[in-house]
Amino acid sequence: MQWEVVIGLEIHAQLATTSKIFSGASTAYGAEPNTQACAVDLGLPGVLPVLNKDVVRMAASFGLAIGANVSRRSVFARKNYFYPDLPKGYQISQFELPIVEQGSLDIELEDGTTKTIGVTRAHLEEDAGKSLHEDFHGMTGVDLNRAGTPLLEIVSEPDMRSAKEAVAYMKKIHSLVTYLGICDGNMQEGSFRCDANVSVRPQGQQEYGTRAELKNINSFRFVERAINIEIERQIDVLEGGGEVVQETRLYDADKNETRSMRSKEEANDYRYFPDPDLLPVELTEEFLQQVRESLPELPQQKKARFIDEYGLKADDAEVLTATRAQADYFEELVAACTDTRLAANWVVGTLAGMLNKESLDITDSKVGAAQLGGLLKRIIDNTISGKIAKEVFEAMWQGEGSADDIIDARGLKQITDSGAIEKIIDDIIAANPEQVEQFRAGKEKVLGFFVGQVMKASGGKANPGQVNQLLRQKLAS
Amino acid sequence: MHNKSVAELSAGLQKGEFSSEELTQAYLERIETLDKNLNSFITVTAEQALTAARNADQMRQAGKAGSLTGIPVAQKDIFCTEGVRTSCGSKMLDNFISPYNATVVERLNAAGMVMLGKTNMDEFAMGSSNENSYYGPVRNPWDQKAVPGGSSGGSAAAVAAQIAPLATGTDTGGSIRQPASLCGVTGLKPTYGRISRYGMIAFASSLDQAGPLARSAEDAAMVLNAMAGFDPHDSTSVDREVPDYTANLTESIEGLRIGLPAEFFAEGLDDGIANVIQAALKEYEKMGAKLVDISLPNSGLSVPTYYVVAPAECSSNLSRFDGVRFGYRCDDPLDLEDLYKRSRGEGFGAEVKRRIMIGTYALSAGYYDAYYLKAQQLRRLISDDFRQAFEQVDVIMGPTAPSVAFDIGEKSDDPVSMYLSDIYTIAVNLAGLPGMSIPAGFVDNRPVGLQVIGNYFTESRLLNVAHQYQLATNWHRQVPPGYE
Repeated sequence: MQWEVVIGLEIHAQLATTSKIFSGASTAYGAEPNTQACAVDLGLPGVLPVLNKDVVRMAASFGLAIGANVSRRSVFARKNYFYPDLPKGYQISQFELPIVEQGSLDIELEDGTTKTIGVTRAHLEEDAGKSLHEDFHGMTGVDLNRAGTPLLEIVSEPDMRSAKEAVAYMKKIHSLVTYLGICDGNMQEGSFRCDANVSVRPQGQQEYGTRAELKNINSFRFVERAINIEIERQIDVLEGGGEVVQETRLYDADKNETRSMRSKEEANDYRYFPDPDLLPVELTEEFLQQVRESLPELPQQKKARFIDEYGLKADDAEVLTATRAQADYFEELVAACTDTRLAANWVVGTLAGMLNKESLDITDSKVGAAQLGGLLKRIIDNTISGKIAKEVFEAMWQGEGSADDIIDARGLKQITDSGAIEKIIDDIIAANPEQVEQFRAGKEKVLGFFVGQVMKASGGKANPGQVNQLLRQKLAS
Repeated sequence: MHNKSVAELSAGLQKGEFSSEELTQAYLERIETLDKNLNSFITVTAEQALTAARNADQMRQAGKAGSLTGIPVAQKDIFCTEGVRTSCGSKMLDNFISPYNATVVERLNAAGMVMLGKTNMDEFAMGSSNENSYYGPVRNPWDQKAVPGGSSGGSAAAVAAQIAPLATGTDTGGSIRQPASLCGVTGLKPTYGRISRYGMIAFASSLDQAGPLARSAEDAAMVLNAMAGFDPHDSTSVDREVPDYTANLTESIEGLRIGLPAEFFAEGLDDGIANVIQAALKEYEKMGAKLVDISLPNSGLSVPTYYVVAPAECSSNLSRFDGVRFGYRCDDPLDLEDLYKRSRGEGFGAEVKRRIMIGTYALSAGYYDAYYLKAQQLRRLISDDFRQAFEQVDVIMGPTAPSVAFDIGEKSDDPVSMYLSDIYTIAVNLAGLPGMSIPAGFVDNRPVGLQVIGNYFTESRLLNVAHQYQLATNWHRQVPPGYE
């Protein structure tokens, strides 16, 4: 049988505020346990929540960026359940009236076409704390630093039909929230994470199959693997005559399997009701207009501008604008060196390779855009060749200084004096009479051998164009 | 000194007739001797009080004293007080020393008031008799056999017995006004949002409101000046100017239109109480007020509506008492579930558990629409009744409670009969309006309160109306035998 996969994602984006959603405590990551939890975060008797205005602006900007309805009136509700890292015994979230409803965004498929994915809703909520199960000798520790961190939960329609589409959608949302500056997008620290609802149905069937919810998947790679493993599992179950159970499953990256956490029967009745401690959030047209006007250039707009303004190829523009940080780096680089194609090649090629190798984000690049610009200028003015430039780049990466310093210090300046190059060529020709014969007998390939020898003899510094031209002259005579 | 009004005490302090330290010492001695029997205090903070009194005396010497500086006050044990046990009348919080002050406490401290201690109350403010306290029942100073009302029973009894000149209370369904009525003191529940709820342990968040219990409207007005005002820590507090509540006390009430809801004088009201209220209304007529018959047709729905909304909110508000971070924790829990079940099972009393269960049920999937949502709709109807009434009248009057103080143990096995003690007060909370209870007479030597209800943010008017009555009558000056 042919199976069709149906996927919907719930993405939790941690909003990039300095203080928590309902208290003044800091949201900075990595502090000692419970040092960033104030009376409100601890849920002490008598405390009350006060909404952080920043989160409303951030959620509204997300809504406007995906063409959604930003609700003029949204309501915070309590989601009641007991857990040690949930201090109040309820999570403040939005239920019936979320701040964002009905938006969409386009993803690019592998065949080059685009597909529109619906966003059902996005709502504001507070994060819970963390239960620490190790180091407590059979007991559980609770760290409430994260309790009250603001989250935007973005719920998609079940519009995706493969793990690849799900990843493409997740990357699009990631790119969007980082462009908007409302989330730092750091997946290792849990600032951007995702639950996936996965089901399969026979090709052509209208109604959806029973779904499983995969919890807390914290990398793009794992999303794809977890979904694919779950699809395989469900198909196996169905083809073996079994039934898929509606349940929550946890993806274990080490074993590359999903396993059951709790079934629907064990699911909580959250007893949602409007939080009487908080007033409904009412947004005015003026406020929304302000947010609209302050929206930054979004990925699609930026890509179009890069093609138009810098004459880039579409796929280079796509890669360069995938993250705001990379696009910013590129534009700073272009300001320092005028050859946009060269700049694009370096950012998506050598620089990306080096960052990847060291698992660094572009914002942590050891060679800044202005520094790299200094290097590219020397390629453009023929001071060094592209090949030497790579050597200089590596030295810059090691912190040896600016491009010019390194070129001087290492004596890498290109040899453009014809006399000097001719001298080297004469020596090489004299030393290799056999190859000279071959070339003269019509074996063109041997030219490459001579170029290589000359470049090697010059320590890579001879201008390759000149070497080519002079070699042909000398070999022909 | 303990027979003086707050205004008189304030004047005495200002003239140097006595110091705050002497005044505080005098009240502490009265508490020491008289409260053994009354049980109106859970915690007496004698040492801190004397330190605060000496600070107040220094403030006065430095010329920085206000009208409340150096005046003692008792705080209901529902308000968080830094470094002092804040029990809320519950075993659950018997070990809880609050690390912070409620805004009300902060404000009274800033005014230079001296906290004598924390008063007894029904556990988590759930009750109308103060019998639901982990620390035992409070006795009514007018009759040792009788309850003081609740939930602010300790505060009302302490003021009636003159072992505190002033006390704070909270009122979710009548918890200031009903004990004020039963103990013969003046109690004011302001408009919802007038006083910050921050640091006041929540029972039902959309109904809870703090207010003063005092021996007169004038005293209540003085302390309300310090309690009221917007608080950035409470989103439901209202950012609205606070008038001087003592400024209009002496205004004439000639022409005042008093609404008398038919529903407040129907069956269920004790005859003796009805007579006391009628006499009080005659007094108002003498002062030039006009009586207008009105109707609050949905007021009969108040009690059932309240007993959905309040338990629903409380079931969620009390979830934080889970034995994990503070408060009571059971011994040797087997696992997490056991920790929750036994900590809560052992830490909460019967009435609290009853309301948590009712509220959990009312919010459950499949019942939410039939109970919680329906109750919210009724709440709007009840508010609309008042809105229409206030188009015709300036204030509404009636009894505060359907009977005088009942005996300890009399209603403890019958929760519904207990819930009906608040039949006249609950609608005011559902609508968020201000209401007062002022002493108006006695039945069988037990006090009777007159309830005065106003439109939103008309506390000045209510205090003025109450003060005029207290200029013309002496009911509020009566002192229970043995506490003169």
